[in-house]
Formats: sequence, structure tokens, C-alpha cells
Amino acid sequence: MSLLEVTDLKVTFPTSDGLVQAVRGLSFTVDRGRTLAIVGESGSGKTVSTQAILGLSPRADISGTALFEGVNLLQLDREQLRRIRGAEISVVFQDPLTSLHPLYKVGWQIEELFRVHQPGTGRAEARKRAIELLGLVGIPRPDRRVDDYPHQFSGGMRQRAMIAMSLALNPKLIVADEPTTALDATVQAQILELIGRVQAEFDIALILITHDLGVVAGIADEVLVMYAGLVAERADRRTLYYRPHHPYTKGLLESIPGSTGARGGRLRPIPGSPPSLIDIPSGCAFHPRCPYAMPVCAAERPPLATVTGGGGHASACWLPHEAVGLGPEADALRLRAKEA
Amino acid sequence: MLLEVENVVKHFPITTGMLVKQTVGHVRAVDGVSFDLSPGETLGLVGETGCGKSTLARCVAGLHPVTSGRVRFDGDDITNLPRARMRAYRRDIQVIFQDPYGSLNPRRRVGSIIADPLVVHRVSRGAELRRTVQELMERVGLNPEHYNRFPAEFSGGQRQRIGVARALALRPRLIICDEPVSALDVSIQAQILNLLKDLQDDFGLTYLFIAHDLSVVRHISDRIAVMYLGKVVELAGADELHEHPRHPYTNALLSATAVADPDEAGRRRRIILTGDVPSPIDPPSGCHFHPRCPKARDRCSAEEPLLVPRDHLVACHFPVEAGEDLTASGRRPA
Amino acid sequence: MTLTEIRPDAVTDRTIAGRSPLQLAWARIRTDKVALVSGLTVVLLCALALAAPLIAAWNGHDPDEQFRDTGITAQGLPIAPNGTFWFGTDRLGRDLFIRVLYGARVSLLVGVVATGLAALVGVVVGLLAGYYGGVIDTVLSRLMDVVLSFPYLIFAIAVVSIAGPSLTATIGVIAFYSWAAIARVVRGQTLSLKEREYVEAARSIGCGDLRIMFVDILPNLLAPVIVLTTLLVPAAIVFESTLSYLGLGIVPPTPSWGNLLSEAQGFYRVAYWYLGFPAATLLLTTLAFNLVGDGIRDAIDPRTERLFSRRRRRSRSRSLSRSRRKGA
Repeated sequence: MSLLEVTDLKVTFPTSDGLVQAVRGLSFTVDRGRTLAIVGESGSGKTVSTQAILGLSPRADISGTALFEGVNLLQLDREQLRRIRGAEISVVFQDPLTSLHPLYKVGWQIEELFRVHQPGTGRAEARKRAIELLGLVGIPRPDRRVDDYPHQFSGGMRQRAMIAMSLALNPKLIVADEPTTALDATVQAQILELIGRVQAEFDIALILITHDLGVVAGIADEVLVMYAGLVAERADRRTLYYRPHHPYTKGLLESIPGSTGARGGRLRPIPGSPPSLIDIPSGCAFHPRCPYAMPVCAAERPPLATVTGGGGHASACWLPHEAVGLGPEADALRLRAKEA
Repeated sequence: MLLEVENVVKHFPITTGMLVKQTVGHVRAVDGVSFDLSPGETLGLVGETGCGKSTLARCVAGLHPVTSGRVRFDGDDITNLPRARMRAYRRDIQVIFQDPYGSLNPRRRVGSIIADPLVVHRVSRGAELRRTVQELMERVGLNPEHYNRFPAEFSGGQRQRIGVARALALRPRLIICDEPVSALDVSIQAQILNLLKDLQDDFGLTYLFIAHDLSVVRHISDRIAVMYLGKVVELAGADELHEHPRHPYTNALLSATAVADPDEAGRRRRIILTGDVPSPIDPPSGCHFHPRCPKARDRCSAEEPLLVPRDHLVACHFPVEAGEDLTASGRRPA
Repeated sequence: MTLTEIRPDAVTDRTIAGRSPLQLAWARIRTDKVALVSGLTVVLLCALALAAPLIAAWNGHDPDEQFRDTGITAQGLPIAPNGTFWFGTDRLGRDLFIRVLYGARVSLLVGVVATGLAALVGVVVGLLAGYYGGVIDTVLSRLMDVVLSFPYLIFAIAVVSIAGPSLTATIGVIAFYSWAAIARVVRGQTLSLKEREYVEAARSIGCGDLRIMFVDILPNLLAPVIVLTTLLVPAAIVFESTLSYLGLGIVPPTPSWGNLLSEAQGFYRVAYWYLGFPAATLLLTTLAFNLVGDGIRDAIDPRTERLFSRRRRRSRSRSLSRSRRKGA
């Protein structure tokens, strides 16, 4: 049994401008100790989906199932969910400054976790473990820094403190939502290294949500590319980067400077902009931006079907299954399929 | 030379007190930077948060007065010109800002935003003004019929196109791009980079291109200057800098840049720097980088290295040699 | 490849609605029933106030006319509401309905004119203080502090004892008290607005200070100023009533709500309507103005609700707007 099994998750938000369809039927699984990366641009639904599962979007209408060790998270009441969140599943957010309380000492906030989730823990014991955790995530002189306030920490140290908090109760799953986006490159490298290290050390499953394909390349086992609230493509890391099937994945990879060879040459961006989630295009939501779009693409939504990349490689695209890969040859293959 | 920046220093005083202000220190945002730019060239300026790259850009654009040093444009000294005299140069020097949401006034129509420079400098008016604006919109890939709309109705990438059109309106010679793509999604970022490249070719523009992402800077720049804590630590041709980085900080930055290639990511040996960037209020002595540098020795904390040519310009007492492995000599990752 | 030949806009044309902020605000306020009803009430009140002479002419009751025969009982007491006198009469046998209507003219006039003056002064002072900062800001801010810490009744008594009670003096006193509140808000907003990138962009293309203040900053201040002004109108009306009640405002026999309340205070045991109708109208007016102000605030800029609102009923998720703000 998978650790987390999400099936047909749908999340909508009613707004005065219309119904925002943030997630439109998302399914995925995460196994123990594995890393699943969810990649997508703004508005792809990558953040909303995990927030919905964890009960962090109270104003959303949610349907589907999310089985965590066989328990449907979407059916739990707030109190039960709160007990799982933090203890079994912990979350690391993009901006540690907003998720750490500015008026309490960092150490106190870690101790608070023990007080809430493990009421038997004594004060001295809680403090000792808080110091241990801060040391574990590489905060220098943790016995002193434990009494600092969040504003006395730098951005990188705050994110380390957040990771310490997420580890406090030995969770089985960590959801890291853009954990390094707010950080500089050299600090980002530190934090990614830290996440990889603690994950291996404690055998924790990780859902890494990011817009940055570069971050994913180093650590993910499996990658899920999302577009307009649906999975566009799912594959293991190497397959996704070297033999992508979905034109969106291909477009993303080719948009990265340096991906198309020589410096100063033209990049190959995806034309247009992501769709409005209130007015999502018919059929495949990507078809208005897709250079290989066929009549069927506007008419019918493609199912997530197995393609020839190997492993669990699946793609939601009407192109033939063997149309995988980057470069001119793969382009020609796709264009031929389009003409046919 | 189109632009010459000579030993520019920008310190922001830190003051306390309600009625009587007292200066208790300085943020040394830019601490003696020199470079120059030839016509048609692109100079990339990279560095992490707080390294002073944006402040430097604003000094060059005349938005901040400089504390000391000289800025020359086309041979004329434009350092700290009074506003009236600076106006003449504003036609030639334009800025594209980072935040496509923040840099457009949400209460004004896109047409009037793009027309602003033309109106302020009394270049055109009436029907001609509208035609010019629509031509500009067309040129940057916007639908000219949308001139009557508000910024909120455009996506991030389209807004950045609006910002580009505004900067282009006066046909400037130098455009300062302050992180023009870092707020955009990858697929959109590539659109804007292509647009900037095309415009440069068409209008012979010169760019001072600021970013924190080395791969973006490498793509667009002819030369790259790497900044750390208010100083340029290395300046070289874009490919030269990537292939033979000599400053340990440049090496670390390059190795930390994420690559979208699993095999490359697996091969790559990251130089994990310890700690964070120190505060620019009280920067470390000698070489500002020495507390985090894997190669630091006594001399580094005592004596400030100058930006001197060693193959290319680098400010380091012990530059990295080709083939040298910084991860091996480095400290254990924290 | 034709990748870059696709016009970027062609794709998203249909998602662009082409609505101005005002149209958006109107679309939002149309769904806000409370604000709509309150707005209608305000409009109705203003219409009635404007039409007061017409109504008086129609039923033939002049506001100062004393109906000694029909409008007063044998004991000399006011008579209760009936078909002729809808709100009853006052102690001199005058038609209370007509007097409340005429009172509305005075009260609304004072409220709107005083607040308008205050808004004008407040916006200019706040803009100058916030935009220029430094010594100008220090001086103007202290001035606001001084005004806001004045004991208003004592000040009003002093003004009236020198100038004598009058409409002008009332408006002057109220405007003098209200501008500082607006100036403070405007100053604060200007401080943050002038740091926005679009102001920097305006400077970078060579715009002058005046142009930046009035073209770039002012339009972004309109939302808070409109809201604050709408909320200050009822305060001004209450202020006027207080002054008139104390005999420091509008001079009888000109009816104002304050005067009516003042006259009625001896009669509330025997003639509930005498106090009741003016008081209820005053309450209704202030309530309607306040609710309209709330509605406009929510409609103009849903994001400001967190700044200074009690109501949180926007359904848009915060997380969604956060993720939207990040990128394209």
C-alpha cells in the first residue's frame, strides 16, 4: 500500500468573477521514503492540491479521496486532521517568515509541537530536543540560537528552522512547497542538500512542489508535471528530462536558457500565457498554446495514458505514444503525427 | 564608450531619532564599482540578494544620487545631475523593472502608461501619439487594440511586455533591465528574453542586464560582472566566466545554479558555502567573501584584493586554477 | 517551426475582459445587497431633502407655519401622527414631517460640504507630507496631531462665542476637525505608494513631482479616500446635530436634526414622535452612510478589507491570490 494515494481530487473556489477550477481531477501516489516532485507554473494547481489534502484551504470545495495509510484525509474533521498534520505529515512553506510566529522564540515554537502533539513531554526534555533538531539542520551554536526570535535568523536559517520543526515529530511525509524559491542560489543549494540528507537519514517520503525544473533534476524519484489543474505528464526523473512526451513538458524544458545550445541564440518559449482557471479551454487545456494541436485536442480531453518512455511514464496527450524525446527528430515525429 | 562607471559608491545612512535624526551607520550597498559598456553590448550583472546590483542600476539610471564616484554617459558626466538637466539624458537611458505587477500603475490604462515618456518629453500628441503607442504595442507582441485596458487584465508576461514598450518609447540608447524576467514563469521568461534580444538587434540597444540567475545572464550577456557585498569580484566574457571562473565565489555560484539535467546534476560537485551573506552594514574586513571562502587564508581577512586582470578581471588573492577542486579543499558542508 | 509566430495575445484574448476598475467595483457592489439597500436609502434621503419645498407646497405645510387649531391639543401639547401630520406636530404645532425634511437639507448639506472640504485639504496635506517627507512631513504631521488632540467642544464653543452660531461656522468647525483624519490616512498611503516600482518608473522616464503626485499616486488614493469620506459624512452629521443640540450650530427656527432633538427633549414622555422621528432619521442616515462606505470599500478593492474592515466574506482564497501574484 502506498503511503499517500490521491484519487480524482477536484478543488474549486467560488468567487465573484466565477468558479475557479484550481484542480480538476488529480491522482497520484507517494510511496514510503520516496520523493515525488510536482512541477508546474503559477496557477497549475500544484500548491492548491496539497493544501486541499491537508485541510489548509478552508474556503475551497473539495471532492475525491486522499488515503494516507488507508485513512481518507478529506473525511476527517478538523481536530483529527490537525493531529495528523504536524505529527504524521509536516509542511515546509515557501516563505519561512510568514510561517514562523514573529513574537515567539524559535525554540519555543519547536517545543510547542511536543507540548501539543506529545503532552507527556517535560519542559527540559522538549528544549533538549529542540536544540538537537536545530543542530541537526545545521544551525551553528543551537544551544544559543534556540532563544532567538525569527527576525534574528537569516532567510536560510529560517528555512532550516522550518525544516527542524517539520522533523520534530518524526513524520512519515514532508510536503515542501517551493522551499527554496525565496532563497539565493548558494543558500538554495544548502537547503536542498539538507532536505536530501534528512530524508535519506529518516526514511521520510517527500512531496516537493516547485516551478523550477532545475531544483527537481537533482532530487526527485518521480515527477508530476501539472497544467491547468491536471497532470500533463508523469515519469521518473530521467525519462521526464530526456524523453518527455507531452508538448508542455517539452516546451518547459526548451524554455530554459542554455537548453538549446549556444549562448545568445533564440530560446524556444511556449507561446501565449497559462489559461484563466475560470475559463479553461475545452479538450486539452494546453491546445491553444500547443504547436502540435490537432482537431481532437480542442474537442476531447486526453486521458493520462501510458507512453513509451518506460517505467510509470504516462502522458495526457493525443499524440502517438511513441512521440517522445527532445530535439529535431522528436519534433519531426510529432509534426508528422499532427499532419496524419 | 557609451557608459563609464568609475568607482561608484552608494551608502545609505541608517538614522534613528524622531525629531533630530542621528546617523548611526551606513548600509554599504555599493562600495566602489567600476565598469564600462560599449554601444550595442550587453553587460550582465549577477549576484545574490543584497549584493547591491539593483542599487547600482538605480545609481546609473540617476534614480539614486551616488555617494562618490563618476557615471559618464557618452562622454558626458551625468553624476548627480540636478533633475532638470538629467531630463535630457532620460531619453537615452531607460529602465525595465523587475516586478511586472508593481511597475505598472494599476489605476491607469495601458495606452497612457506606454505614452507617458512621449507625453512627458513632449515628443508627440493626439492621434500621432496614439499611433506611436499602438506601434510600440505591436512591436513588443501585444494586441494594439488593448491600449484601453488596465494592467490587471494582462498576464505577467504581457505586463512585462508593456514595461518593455514603455522603456522603448523614446528610442533610448541604453536600457537598464533590473531583473526583468525573475518574476515570470519559465515559459514566459523565454518569450521576454527573445523579445529583448530581437529589440537589441533591431534598434542597436545597449543593455545593462541585472539578474540573480546565472543561466539567464549567460544567455543574454556578452560580458558578466559578478557582485558580492557591494563589490565586483569578477568580470569576464560570458563564456569565459562560465568555463574558467577564477573567483571562489563565482565558482560556488556556478555550482549552486540548478540545472535541468538529472545526469549533469548527479555529476556536478556542488561547492556548498557555509553560512549566509553577511550584512552590508558591517562587511567583513579584507576580502568581503573570506568568512565563507573555502580558500581563505590570513591575507584574505587583512588585505582587500583589487579587481585586476588575471586572464580576466578578478578580485582575489588566490584565484582558482583550472581543474582545482574546491569541494575537496572546502570545509565540511554545514 | 512556427512556435514564435503565434501572436502571444491571440491565445489569451478571451480571458481579457476589458473592464475598468470602476466597472469591476460596480459589478461587485451589485451583488452586495446590504450596500445596495443602504445606497438606495441615501439616495432617497437626498431626494426627499431636495424635494422638501415641493412636498411642503404639495401638502401646504410650511416648515415654520404653526397650526394652532389642528396641530396642537387643547392642553397645548403636540398631536400624534395622523393622516394630515405624518410625523405628528411639535410643541408649536408645526408639521414635524416637513421639519424633519427641511432638517435633512441642513444636515446633509453640512455633512457633505464639511466632509468635502476636509477631504480636499486632507488629501493635499497628506500627499505633500507623505511625498516630500523630511521637514515638510514633520511639520504637517505635528499639525495633524495638534488638530486631532484638540478638545472639540471647547474649540467649538470658543469659535461660536467669537463668530456667533451660523451655518458657515458649523461647517468650518466640522471641516477643521475632519481633515486631519483624512490627511493621516493619505500620508500613510502615500508613504507606501511612493516606494512602488511604478513611481520609480515614472521618475525614470523623467516625470516631475507634481505629475507623479497627481497622475501616479492620487488615483491610487481614491479608494481609501472615497471610503473614508463616506464614513466621515455620518460623523459630520452627528457632529452637526451635537453642536445644534447644544445651541452652538444652526440657529432656530431653521430646522436641523440637532435643533429638533434639542426642542423635543422636554416632551418625550408625552410625545414619543417628537423625539422619535428625528432621532430615527438621524440613525437611519448615519447607518446607511456607514454601510454604503463599507460596501464601496469592499467593492473598490477587496484586498483592503484586511486593512480596516470587520467583514470578511470574500470567497477568493488567499492561497490562490498568493500563487497568482508570484508569476505570470
